[in-house]
Amino acid sequence: MTIDVALIIKAIIILLIFGITLLIAMYSTYGERKVAAFMQDRIGPNRAGPFGLLQPLADAVKMFFKEDFIPSQASKWLFILGPCLSMLTALMTSAVIPFGDSVKYESAPGKVWDIPVQAIDVNIGILYVFGVVSLGVYGIMVGGWASNNKFSLLGAIRAASQNISYEISMGLAIIAILMMTGSLSIRHIVEQQHGGNWNIFYQPLGFIIFITCAFAECNRTPFDLPECETELIGGYHTEYSSMKLGFYLFAEYINMFVSSAMISSLYFGGYNYPGMDWVQAQLTSSLGEIAGHNVGTLIGTLVFFAKSLFFVFFYMWVRWTLPRFRYDQLMNLGWKALIPLAMINIILTGGAILFLKPLIVSFLK
Amino acid sequence: MDFSSFLNNLTPATGFFYFLSFLTILTGLMVVLSKNPIHSVLYLIATFFCLSGHYVLLNAQFLAAVNIIVYAGAIMVLFLFVIMFLNLKQEDEESKTNLTKIAAMVTGGTLFLIFVAVFRKTQFGAFDAYSFDSQVGMVESLGEVLYKDYLLPFELASVLFLVAMIGAVMLGRREAGDRHF
Amino acid sequence: MQLTNRSKQVSNKQMTFAERIYLPAIATGLGITIKHFFQKKVTIQYPEVKQYLGPVFRGRHVLKRDEQGRERCTACGLCAVACPAEAISMVAAEREKGEENLYREEKYAAVYEINMLRCIFCGLCEEACPKQAIYLRHDEFVPVFTERDQVIWGKDLLAENMNNRYLRKAWTKEEAREQDLKGVAAEPRTQL
Repeated sequence: MTIDVALIIKAIIILLIFGITLLIAMYSTYGERKVAAFMQDRIGPNRAGPFGLLQPLADAVKMFFKEDFIPSQASKWLFILGPCLSMLTALMTSAVIPFGDSVKYESAPGKVWDIPVQAIDVNIGILYVFGVVSLGVYGIMVGGWASNNKFSLLGAIRAASQNISYEISMGLAIIAILMMTGSLSIRHIVEQQHGGNWNIFYQPLGFIIFITCAFAECNRTPFDLPECETELIGGYHTEYSSMKLGFYLFAEYINMFVSSAMISSLYFGGYNYPGMDWVQAQLTSSLGEIAGHNVGTLIGTLVFFAKSLFFVFFYMWVRWTLPRFRYDQLMNLGWKALIPLAMINIILTGGAILFLKPLIVSFLK
Repeated sequence: MDFSSFLNNLTPATGFFYFLSFLTILTGLMVVLSKNPIHSVLYLIATFFCLSGHYVLLNAQFLAAVNIIVYAGAIMVLFLFVIMFLNLKQEDEESKTNLTKIAAMVTGGTLFLIFVAVFRKTQFGAFDAYSFDSQVGMVESLGEVLYKDYLLPFELASVLFLVAMIGAVMLGRREAGDRHF
Repeated sequence: MQLTNRSKQVSNKQMTFAERIYLPAIATGLGITIKHFFQKKVTIQYPEVKQYLGPVFRGRHVLKRDEQGRERCTACGLCAVACPAEAISMVAAEREKGEENLYREEKYAAVYEINMLRCIFCGLCEEACPKQAIYLRHDEFVPVFTERDQVIWGKDLLAENMNNRYLRKAWTKEEAREQDLKGVAAEPRTQL
């Protein structure tokens, strides 16, 4: 029966990760409106509940009760498949993100389970995320095409070409990190950044490339061309209403949170924070081995969420600062600026690993 | 061995294998059989997913992920991208002539014959549980093979890609005084 | 002609490297938005907090009474004639003996109705009235209708309440001009 408790803890962790992802995506919609309002010297939603905190619920109720409309000329099954695919790919990504260190549980004296706070630790975590993100565009393409609307189709086509273009430089930016860490597992990469050894200090250029591509992959301003209201009405979701539209919008916010989590675990040390070892030592000496470890994990997880939420805020901050790119500017930036830069970054990283690192190591000796 | 005893002896892994194979063949057939090219492409994507499932069953996670990223994530997006530009309502009369039908029959039949011939000659290596290395499909061993044993073919292939890329750039290059938009 | 001194000379000169990599400009923009993020908000929480709209705002109508509480209106119909939206209608009646404390003039409006859906709040009735009987209040709105019988306002709603009289600084154009010349500030623009 001992393994059952460990399994239950694992199941609880998975459910928590899933639930928290959804909750954060839900409150990101509220956060977006508040941030937008504050940056425009307004107050934002404040009528539903204290400080408008029930606004996401009100929005959800509105979404559910609206008429669910399918255009008569639309391809019905694909029209339904589109938002489902979007939501599915958005939710699949959070499975491999390490939200925290590990939970220890002693089933019998001397027998300690060490359960990582992560749904699954695949040894190709980054590739998994990359693969699922590259599938995210299908939801948009299928939905946009199935709507049988020229604006939707234009939005879908834009989404496709934009995502393919920016995936390349995103992958190249990640390769520089992989060269440094030598591992495809996100947990490994996070563990190697222990002790203030964050990748952002080694890969500033890679970080800028990655975050730009993350904006483009999430279809966020300044790269929200697939749905730009001023040119394409609603882009790929012009014909959508009710909860199908809700799924599309919700998937965008989940993507935003997941990419923020990826940024903080790839470049900002994930659940590591300065002075972590000291805090951990204090906790284990005062609370005991297992309880101290678990509290330390909790603090690490909170730090991770703080970092991720900062980047969610950053997404919104940029959205309400920068205007949308023109389409040729977008393509020029992707193909003529970011890809060469990412390649230079790879060469520089390789050179640094080959020549600079032995030099520094011998100097320190 | 009758069907019920076959079912009883099914381990989860083999059961999953049969299920995946069934799905792969079904979606593969649907690629050919569906009238709408968009549906064909979507079925093809599903086929790639099934193939990735097979890779996972073979403990080749890297191949599975790369298959999805490259084929399902990039190439099929481009396929879909191009097909979306087609005017699907317009019947293409040229592809319906008897000549094209006969040509398609001949080429398809030849391909089928070749497959059958190859299949008959193939000898399947026996599975040896002792010499089998479960890590053979992992990234590390794949890298070792690619960059040690097959370095020259690998680099030649990358040069080929470079040539293709330069060719594409040359074709798409804007001439002096030429404006596309 | 120069309207403001904020205009910028536009030029097609080659951008410098710092300008071409965008990032400094983006950082400047982010700085501006984050500055606004922490600035004081200008929003007024409307139904709870109302802003004073000035002494010349034209809100709901009131039928004024005089100092003794008698109705001033003499049902001459000039307001109805002046009304561009034809929102005003009335039925005149003759004052009976013993009603001197109710009506100031010998003829009065037995029925005085304003259709608030038609009214455009132009204030021409106020201008036309020879008896200074009808005014548009500067401090109250016509509330939102929820039923159709709330649309037409009769004398019960329009006539001034003597316990809560409607007062303002200037009643006529001449008075208002005088006030302006004296430099008497109208009520300051503050939140009520």
